Amino acid sequence: MEQLAFEQLKETVYHDKLENGLDVFVLPKQDFHKTFVTFTTKYGSVDNTFVPLNGEEAIQVPDGIAHFLEHKMFEKEDGDVFQQFSKQGAAANAFTSFTRTAYLFSATANVKENLETLVNFVQEPYFTEETVEKEKGIIGQEIRMYDDNPDWRLFFGLIENMYHHHPVKIDIAGTEESIADITKDLLYTCFETFYHPSNMLLFVTGPVDPEEIISFVAENQNQKKFKAQPPVQRFNEKEPTEVARVKKVLRMPVQTSKCLIGFKEKSPGRSGENMLRYELAVNLVLDLMFGSSTENYETLYDEGLIDDSFSFDYTEEDHFGFSMIGGDTNDPDALEKKLFSMIGEFKRQPLDNQAIDRVRKKKIGSFLQALNAPEFIANQFTRYEFSGMNLFEVVPVLESLTADDLQQVLEDHFDESCFTVCQVRPSKEG
Amino acid sequence: MSIQTPAAKELGPVTLHTVDTMKYKTNTMVLKFKAPLSEQSVTKRALLAYVLQRATEFSPTAKDLRRRLNDLYGASLSAQLSKKGDHHFISFKMEVANEKYLSDSTPLLEKALRLLAEVVLRPKLTEGQFDEDIVAKEKRTLKQRIQSMRDDKMRYANTRLIEEMCKSEPYRLHAYGQENKIDGISAGDLVTYYREMISSDKIDLFIVGDIDEQKVEAIAREAFDFPEQNQNVAQETVSAPQFKEEQVIIEEEDIEQGKLNLGYRTYTTYADNDYYPLLVFNGILGGFPHSKLFINVREKASLAYYASSRIETHKGLLLVFSGIQSSNYEKAVTIIKEQTEKMRLGDFSEEEFQQTKAMLKNQILETIDNPRGIIEFFYNGISSGCERSVDEWIAGVDGVSRDDVTQMAEKVKLDTTYFLKGKEGS
Repeated sequence: MEQLAFEQLKETVYHDKLENGLDVFVLPKQDFHKTFVTFTTKYGSVDNTFVPLNGEEAIQVPDGIAHFLEHKMFEKEDGDVFQQFSKQGAAANAFTSFTRTAYLFSATANVKENLETLVNFVQEPYFTEETVEKEKGIIGQEIRMYDDNPDWRLFFGLIENMYHHHPVKIDIAGTEESIADITKDLLYTCFETFYHPSNMLLFVTGPVDPEEIISFVAENQNQKKFKAQPPVQRFNEKEPTEVARVKKVLRMPVQTSKCLIGFKEKSPGRSGENMLRYELAVNLVLDLMFGSSTENYETLYDEGLIDDSFSFDYTEEDHFGFSMIGGDTNDPDALEKKLFSMIGEFKRQPLDNQAIDRVRKKKIGSFLQALNAPEFIANQFTRYEFSGMNLFEVVPVLESLTADDLQQVLEDHFDESCFTVCQVRPSKEG
Repeated sequence: MSIQTPAAKELGPVTLHTVDTMKYKTNTMVLKFKAPLSEQSVTKRALLAYVLQRATEFSPTAKDLRRRLNDLYGASLSAQLSKKGDHHFISFKMEVANEKYLSDSTPLLEKALRLLAEVVLRPKLTEGQFDEDIVAKEKRTLKQRIQSMRDDKMRYANTRLIEEMCKSEPYRLHAYGQENKIDGISAGDLVTYYREMISSDKIDLFIVGDIDEQKVEAIAREAFDFPEQNQNVAQETVSAPQFKEEQVIIEEEDIEQGKLNLGYRTYTTYADNDYYPLLVFNGILGGFPHSKLFINVREKASLAYYASSRIETHKGLLLVFSGIQSSNYEKAVTIIKEQTEKMRLGDFSEEEFQQTKAMLKNQILETIDNPRGIIEFFYNGISSGCERSVDEWIAGVDGVSRDDVTQMAEKVKLDTTYFLKGKEGS
């Protein structure tokens, strides 16, 4: 077992890599009532082309299958796992993102029983043709729920604009048509390929004893037989640097328009500290340009182009990255033009060191606020770890970023050929 | 490890509640204003919440104010509007990093607390009036916020259900006010209302974090110098109307999924003795993934992705939500009604009953792991005049019998079914 101490934040993380390759991390939080646990596989919606376990050639699986598999893991021969968690007083859930599928619970009692339930249910699939068919109706309604949500449509509309081929442009849940092709055999193939312990990470935080937790999990894993498995071979078609589409307008039954602009990252594929530095640097630049204490924000607000729904973010994963800026607006075209010209203008001006210090402080403070939530820590720690980064390095990296670093990302990332816009407008307009 | 009920101190018109805990890396302050929910004031209050957080006497533009917050290591300041029962609440929240976890050890709590007081007590005024320009912009923001909430159809269906169900009660009003009343509010009306609010609202200040209680009390006493209180005429909770015929309202929109919302009267609120049986009743029916609605509407019939219920604790309502294919309306309503009927007949297993109690206890302990959750839990008690400790709450849930639950089921009556029908598949 290794210990990683982060003195400034007064946190210590305990880690062990088990014989079967499973990474177990424990962050004790003695003052908390709840223990929050996530069990995550590095497998998400973008992993749609891969060589299956014991296979020789790559296959392409139906859109939405990682998410479908997440739903089906909860059903067992003797019923629903939710029932078991409820008996043990735990709230369980799961989610699928572009690159991860996470199963989780939080509990204020029976932590070991719940931990065992979690690890066992995620490692013991049970699929039948009948239960797979039944799930299609449920997920069909989940897809339709998102179809009615204008913010979700806007977000995916912008990503679709950016990418020619990369599967990040495909909705995580797929479509009603694509999930129709999912079978129990395909689910088993995906499960066997991606749910090997060496592709997974268990994170436990709460009032627990790290040694006890790690040996408990090790014992559980030792009772199961896993054959050593090589890393999964995943394939992505070569993605051009330019965006696929510069603009898209979606019509929906809304009253307020929405506008989101974004830049597709030209050279993703960073990992470790490089990735952390780059991601934080782009986020600092975004805050320098459009944070609520900037001239730009004031202008946009005063002109009525934005309101308090305005936000921005940059996120990067293994093979893709993008920034997004926007929100509700009464004039989506004017907002789009203004944002674009403000970025151009910002690139022509020298960076202001005082402003950099101010946004740096803001980011550090916001990070501490986020660290109050065990959910944030577990989810983000896992995300960072899968890309070779460490969550608790965020503050030192923020402190070390210089004006030159920011200047560099400003030139690299905010490139006109990578710019795209998506709008949601009222269907009744005009 | 159980959390103590916060110490309460009267500082003139403000009641201070402090929770000293080392759990967090930040300190959280919430200032709450409570007044009766009424058509005369709701829109003014909503607008005021937006106007106050934009600027102060010493930081006359939003940019200035936001810079000060950034300098305090990104202290976050926000105003939230809510309603509970027949009351309207404005909550100003400030959260600031605890400098113990920073390489720079300049104290932040006192500055943040004083700034919070400045936001509500030293607004930017020009010749005694709110700044016309700020008021005009915040009117626009408020309108856009109301419209945007309507654009979220799940939320919209819930709003419509409440409007129809509580037609003749203040609860029909939305916490963000009425869109068509916004334009009619002048800067002068707003300042008049502001003076009334700070001198007659019930005001509570919560501070949760690693704090020196005596020190924060001294700072708060000095900084929150509210005017002497008028007699606060507390509005009695309007009693629920007598049971009437169930109403069904169906409206249509061009959406991909129908949103089905059912509103029940529970005739039970936080302060009532049978509040705990209501919690268990709701938990077995639809509060969790083991509940009847999830199992029967989603897992067995595959009709929906979400099917759940929740209670509005201070108003005596229980609301059921589900998103379905519009052509399945009859089927879904039938299944939902079967589940409430089962509750009435006591047709729930010992396992469902015990699971629900375990989940409720877990839920409350999780809630108080979060600074905001601690504040909301205790404020629920304070604002309803029935304060409960966490231990009492847990014992209350433990003490519920199966008979208590079936008795509650007899009390609960369906009032309104609202269906926002889609045009899909038609």
